[in-house]
Amino acid sequence: MKNGVKIDRNNRVIFVKDLEKSFGELNVLSGLNMDLFKGENLVVMGRSGSGKSVLIKVISGLLKPDKGVVNVLGQEVDKISTEELQALRLKIGFSFQSSALYDSMTVRENLEFPLVRNLKNIKSKEVDKAIEEVLENVDLPQTINQLPSELSGGQKKRIGIARTLILKPEIMLYDEPTAGLDPITSVEINNLINEVQQKYNTSSLIITHDLTCAKLTGDRVAMIVDGNFLTQGSFDDVFNTNDERIRGFYNYNFINDNTNKKLNNFK
Amino acid sequence: MEPNSKQKFIISKKIDEFFIDIYKVFSFISRFFKEAFSPPFEFQEIIKQCYEVGYKSLVLISLTGFITGLVFTKQSRPSLSSFGASSWLPSLVSIAIVRAMAPLITALITAGKVGSHMGAELGSMKVTEQIDAMEVSATNPFKFLVVTRVLAITLMLPILVMYFGFIGMMGSFMNVHANELTSYTAFFKEAFSSISFLDIFSSVLKSIVFGFTVGIAGCYQGYNAQYGTVGVGKAANTAVVVAMFLIFIEEMIIVQFVNAIR
Ligand SMILES: Nc1ncnc2c1ncn2[C@@H]1O[C@H](COP(=O)(O)OP(=O)(O)OP(=O)(O)O)[C@@H](O)[C@H]1O
Ligand SMILES: [Mg+2]
Repeated sequence: MKNGVKIDRNNRVIFVKDLEKSFGELNVLSGLNMDLFKGENLVVMGRSGSGKSVLIKVISGLLKPDKGVVNVLGQEVDKISTEELQALRLKIGFSFQSSALYDSMTVRENLEFPLVRNLKNIKSKEVDKAIEEVLENVDLPQTINQLPSELSGGQKKRIGIARTLILKPEIMLYDEPTAGLDPITSVEINNLINEVQQKYNTSSLIITHDLTCAKLTGDRVAMIVDGNFLTQGSFDDVFNTNDERIRGFYNYNFINDNTNKKLNNFK
Repeated sequence: MEPNSKQKFIISKKIDEFFIDIYKVFSFISRFFKEAFSPPFEFQEIIKQCYEVGYKSLVLISLTGFITGLVFTKQSRPSLSSFGASSWLPSLVSIAIVRAMAPLITALITAGKVGSHMGAELGSMKVTEQIDAMEVSATNPFKFLVVTRVLAITLMLPILVMYFGFIGMMGSFMNVHANELTSYTAFFKEAFSSISFLDIFSSVLKSIVFGFTVGIAGCYQGYNAQYGTVGVGKAANTAVVVAMFLIFIEEMIIVQFVNAIR
């Protein structure tokens, strides 16, 4: 169990009710319900294409829901004005699946961007200090003058997280923070997610299909199947089941283990 | 944002899509005007983009302008001298360059150089979610990326066109001076005597329209690039093709219009 985590189950920072979203003929989300409590890490798992990214894009107002309620910090994201949405977005950090660093800007300029554009009167000393602090937090102070193209995938992910942390958001949305990373770097990212939770008391929605990430970071795990949460609960509760659609996540690893053994026998 | 409802086609898929595209372009343009004239204004970024558009096209435009003036003069001489009228060369060249060639050639060059760059740059920002990232960090990406670029090229193209005209005349002067031994003052006196205010006005008008076209075509294609890297190349390519095509059509319309009031 993680230390220093205070989850306030009376305080819902996000709640989603009967959310529906389709693209043309394709129903991606069909009547999804979700709560995220203050200080909690909620892991959302699901197969590729099950609508995980669509879910957090709806939550952050990048996509409009077809039906249902999407309430973030007491405001309905699809109903409020552009100005209100902008103000709300300052309290939400979004770490993209593809890192989405601005590739014409250096790491420093990437980190500066949300700060200087949103806090107009900030002094350059304060900017320097904030940049130093987040880079320290993600453990990459040496990269400050590099361009994104010079960073590794894991470093990009961490700078992407740093860029969202710089505004000290109340809610963090992580889209596959460990996808495509080696196990050691993945563990570092998982630790970073937990540190952020403890240090800033943020509530986080973590999207992943990485079991280790789910186990290490999740206070609660939910599984999307057919556009809805099939089950949710602690990691062990969710995976202690006979449902094929959930066991598949395990079996996949099992098959991999077996193939690896066979491959080793060939050598 | 994508239409959500399940669609039935009114006429046929292709034709429906064509009209939907036209509708999208017009809403893109109307959004441009709405956002361009409402605060906050991104002055710093506009200046940066003006520099990108203007300064970086300078070498290419100098070169093409000079060669155009020189070659056009050289090629026109035989037909004029057969009437014994080679002294008309400066006026012929200045009319051709100021009225037609400077706006058209400069616009086509910028379509190729700047338009494709805008398409590719915004396209890659779109497909790698950088535009989404900008939006969630509470910066309006349309204002920051599209409005600044379109304004920059609309402001810079008239300047580039005048510059092209000047360099083109210099190229022509070199050739005339070498052959007819005309002096600098005589050449330019002759050249300017045949250009009217309306010529300058129509060239400036054209270059503003062309600049706007190149900017909108590049930004629209890039901003709406489809997911995947293939989309980036396609955005850049379509931006150039569409811009060039529209430039010729606009040229034709503006010339008709100006001739009507001449
Ligand atoms: N903007 C869009 N336009 C049309 N279809 C979309 C759009 N965004 C997502 N989709 C479709 O919605 C479905 C769910 O996509 P989503 O990106 O949410 O999957 P995901 O669960 O995040 O998968 P992955 O684990 O591979 O990232 C996919 O079939 C996708 O093609
Ligand atoms: Mg995804």
